Amino acid sequence: MQALTREVLLDRAKALFADGTVDRAYGWKRGEFDYDVTPGLFRSVEEMEKEFVFDDFCGANFSKYLVEETRKGEGKILVFLKPCDTYSFNQLLTEHRFDREKVYAVGIPCEGMADVTKLKAEAAEGIRSITAEKEGFVVHTLYDGDKTVPRTEGLSERCLVCKSKKHVAYDELLGEDGEVADSARFDEVARLEAMNADERFAFWQRELSRCIRCNACRDVCPACTCETCVFNNPNSGVESKAPVTSFEEQMFHIIRAFHVAGRCTDCGECSRVCPQHIPLHLLNRKFIKDINAFYGEYQAGAEVGSRAPLVNYTTADLEPGEAVQRGNEHA
Amino acid sequence: MRKIAVAKLDALFAAMAKTHTVYLPADGADGRAQYTRWEAGVVYSTALNTVRSAKDFFFPQTENLMDFKMEGKSIELIDTRDEGEDFIVFGVRACDVRSFDVLDRVFLAEPVDSYYAARRAHGVIFSMACTRPAETCFCKTFGIDAAEPAGDVACYIDADTLYLDAKTEKGEAVLAALGLEDSDTAAVDAQKALIRERLDALPLSGLSAAAFGGDKLDEYFERPEWKTLSETCLGCGTCTFVCPTCQCYDIRDFKTNTGVRRYRCWDSCMYSEFTKMSAGQPRLTQLERFRQRFMHKLVYYPANNDGIFGCVGCGRCLSRCPISMNIVKVMKTLGGKNV
Repeated sequence: MQALTREVLLDRAKALFADGTVDRAYGWKRGEFDYDVTPGLFRSVEEMEKEFVFDDFCGANFSKYLVEETRKGEGKILVFLKPCDTYSFNQLLTEHRFDREKVYAVGIPCEGMADVTKLKAEAAEGIRSITAEKEGFVVHTLYDGDKTVPRTEGLSERCLVCKSKKHVAYDELLGEDGEVADSARFDEVARLEAMNADERFAFWQRELSRCIRCNACRDVCPACTCETCVFNNPNSGVESKAPVTSFEEQMFHIIRAFHVAGRCTDCGECSRVCPQHIPLHLLNRKFIKDINAFYGEYQAGAEVGSRAPLVNYTTADLEPGEAVQRGNEHA
Repeated sequence: MRKIAVAKLDALFAAMAKTHTVYLPADGADGRAQYTRWEAGVVYSTALNTVRSAKDFFFPQTENLMDFKMEGKSIELIDTRDEGEDFIVFGVRACDVRSFDVLDRVFLAEPVDSYYAARRAHGVIFSMACTRPAETCFCKTFGIDAAEPAGDVACYIDADTLYLDAKTEKGEAVLAALGLEDSDTAAVDAQKALIRERLDALPLSGLSAAAFGGDKLDEYFERPEWKTLSETCLGCGTCTFVCPTCQCYDIRDFKTNTGVRRYRCWDSCMYSEFTKMSAGQPRLTQLERFRQRFMHKLVYYPANNDGIFGCVGCGRCLSRCPISMNIVKVMKTLGGKNV
């Protein structure tokens, strides 16, 4: 259950529409079922009253949508940002990807968002409805009665290892701000590092072989905002709609991870949207963990305008040879 | 109608494998079902459906078409097709079986796609009735009966017994060679009644496609709702790639060391470079691309195919779309009370 109700957010949105602060708002739209919430752009209070929803299924991060939407119209856009979303928001600002003046950001606390796949796995095929109770998610199934999934088992992986409950960007905050958490998010990376090279290769081959090259990971990623992606550009010479070989799909993901290294805030959207449930965030987290180890703790998006270690030079920087040597220790 | 004990499934698959390569849904390392080549130890999955559809068997995501070998000024065309082998796809759900009809009308119409036709000729479909349809299922909307799946052989699992009902000569030939025990239809008839009861109780059971069809172009093309429906679409290809009926592809040349390999791969109308020509992409924004996909399923396809819809209600896009936008929401938004 979230600390704030839909009504608190809706009342604030109504006031911001009414006093002319904003003329449209990004928010979550009610779906066909309890869990299939769609991120949407609302243009009026009436639309919001009808369809706006805020609950445990509102994982979508709106930050990237601002890149295109702020180019339209003169008015401001209201956007609700959960703590992790604010890091993407700041990172996009650091990269000058949208006009801050066109946005009114309202920070909202987050108690973690559900992973519907986990709930579906618990409830076999049919879900009639889901209610979030204190003891967990109560899944009312079509064929097997009610099943209670403890909250810690129904939340998304990224929420179970939440890196921060603190908002790093907002115009106003609803509810309480939290703290940067002492997260266990690198444990899984450490487990992969402990493998030998063959085991690790086998792990990634098994995971990445499921890829269908739908590009959802790239298209949702707030760090992937190239106007035309190299893989969509016929003039790039590497345009590719589908992999010719399985090696190619591995290359796609590894190249993408390199491209967002140092800019990825670890928002986890890539893994959330992957239809094949490939743990893509682990590639990004490996880079984050290495950057922390080699150049000192750095969190992309923590502040606007920060110089990321990979695009900065200091005399204390690690010598390339030393990086190679440390890399070899994991081989 | 024939039958065999579920406990003897492995023996059944082994017998089939003597003459055919057998594919069936099996749970992968990620715990979710995908079509897998049967070999000893592969266990038939009880999952309702696979993440990827069964269209891959006839229309794979990438497929080599031919090679060109260049020497001096001469170009040699090499047909790289192999002979192909007889295969059985076991456990295909009624929705996916219908998707083969949808694909047939495209690939088997003149000029016949010989690559697709060869695979269809080699394939035998064992369908499986759905005793536990999910909330995302809406095959009934398109006149599909999950209690009476089509295919070459329709299968039913009731308690400890698998029942097999040959629907075509091809299916009968395969079954006859397996030497199975004959059975009456009592258990299957009871199951069909149960399935139909469950289909009627699904949340989407009332969804009607009557408001759509080949004559509805003018009614829907310029509707303002396309804007809000498509506004947050990421433009990824998830819906098209998990869809059992999406059939668009691109043909590409790949430079090898000795020549050129021509292959085709799935394409998606959601992509910005889809059908890009020298004059550019005819659908300039995501609104037009999004509209194309749903109009194709609900209007253009039926217009060209005797009123048959290009959607089979499998529900994969309902489960997989990153923004949970899908054909049901589109139908309800555009069709209003008529849906």
